Amino acid sequence: MTEEPLPAWSLPTGSVERIELPEAWPGEVTREWAWGGATGGGVRVCILDSGVETNHPLVGDVQECVAISLEGDEVIVDKKDTAGDLCGHGTACAGIVRALAPECDLASVRVLGAGFTGSGAVLLEGLRWAVEQGYDVINMSLSTTKQKFASLLHELADTAYFRRTMLVASAHNMPVESYPWRFSSVISVGSHEQEDPFAYYYNPTPPVEFFARGVDVEVAWMGGGRLVCTGNSFATPHIAGIAALMLSKHRELTPFQLKSLLYLTATNVGGGS
Amino acid sequence: MSEELRSAVAAGVLGAERDFRELLQSIVEVARAIFRAKASSIFLLDEPSDELVFEAVAGEGSDSLVGRRFPSSTGIAGFVLVSRQPLVIEDVIEDPRFSRETAESTGFVPKGLMAVPLLHEERALGVLEVLDRPSDSRFTLAEMDLLGMFANQAAIALDLLQRARRAQSTLADEGDLAVLARLAQKLEQRRAEEEGSAAEFLAALEKVL
Repeated sequence: MTEEPLPAWSLPTGSVERIELPEAWPGEVTREWAWGGATGGGVRVCILDSGVETNHPLVGDVQECVAISLEGDEVIVDKKDTAGDLCGHGTACAGIVRALAPECDLASVRVLGAGFTGSGAVLLEGLRWAVEQGYDVINMSLSTTKQKFASLLHELADTAYFRRTMLVASAHNMPVESYPWRFSSVISVGSHEQEDPFAYYYNPTPPVEFFARGVDVEVAWMGGGRLVCTGNSFATPHIAGIAALMLSKHRELTPFQLKSLLYLTATNVGGGS
Repeated sequence: MSEELRSAVAAGVLGAERDFRELLQSIVEVARAIFRAKASSIFLLDEPSDELVFEAVAGEGSDSLVGRRFPSSTGIAGFVLVSRQPLVIEDVIEDPRFSRETAESTGFVPKGLMAVPLLHEERALGVLEVLDRPSDSRFTLAEMDLLGMFANQAAIALDLLQRARRAQSTLADEGDLAVLARLAQKLEQRRAEEEGSAAEFLAALEKVL
């Protein structure tokens, strides 16, 4: 007989033993436990950006290339986008994720390229599409300052959180309000200046929650090229890649547990030793 | 409407655009000097045409680029504008397709650049770029902060410039608002010459209204 699912809003005393965690957490969480031996295999990472150049030596296979655009109010989803990368930025982010999680599945959802006008709406629709696809990790090295999109983005970020899709978003390094990185259901990332791609720091004074490598990073660029770049845009895929490693070793992690694991293994918490 | 009238009157108006352009020019000159760069430019987003326009240029291209336009989604400046994320790139030359057409059409292909969005309240007004700082110095986050401060200043200046332009086009218009704005402007000009009579006229006008 199939047991009734637990109600999500209360826990009767008799049901306590039915809350099962798929995996027991060790007394001391280490990086070895978190991702030792992991490759990112089986984890689907989405790069919501300017597109990704497929078969770039630093990127390799890209399983899915989608482009989002708007015609009037209608959202157009091109599931066989062949435009590649319109600027180089998405390829750079994809290359960083690939370097850290070599066997993860990469998907590109292109939300840039149609000019400035309407770019906020395309970003929103791109995120909506990506959340519906149930990717494990969505890398967003971009943001919008438009207040009118804030509540919808917030809703989408929360939906992703409850559906076990981890949104990893670049923080702004200027005192401006932009979204979605400021929402607590996403992981927000800023830069540190060190060279170690696995050095990351927890920040106890949010909104920026983690700092990762973001200065003078050698990245993949268009035309099979490479560049040395700086910006929170490049710190973000470092955390996305590490999250992919953790998820490939511990498939059942919820975004809350994933954040906790990042915290416990941060260089300034338990991962520095 | 009343906001337009206010801005038309408050801006003064003729001459304001020139002042704000000088302010923008001064910002790019200082940015170029502080970062010891070959050039620095400010692009304004022209929303109706969805294009970026060179508004101020210091160093390479300063004599020829102001007023030049290109599509808002082109190259690094376009990306920075849309993504609202600052970006620093070294050795651009290694990238064969880095908006090369745009860069070459300006007569100057940089090796490295810093680009930062100019954000004012919730609007993205344009982009500030600093091109080719000395290649011997490693980029630091402190420089990124400095760039952000310049960007803040440039965004305020761009906002003022746009207000002055809106005010001017209001004055050049033929509608009722333009008549009122021109009247206000003329009174403002007369005040210096015949302060007494202008003030009396204003008081009388207020009574009638």
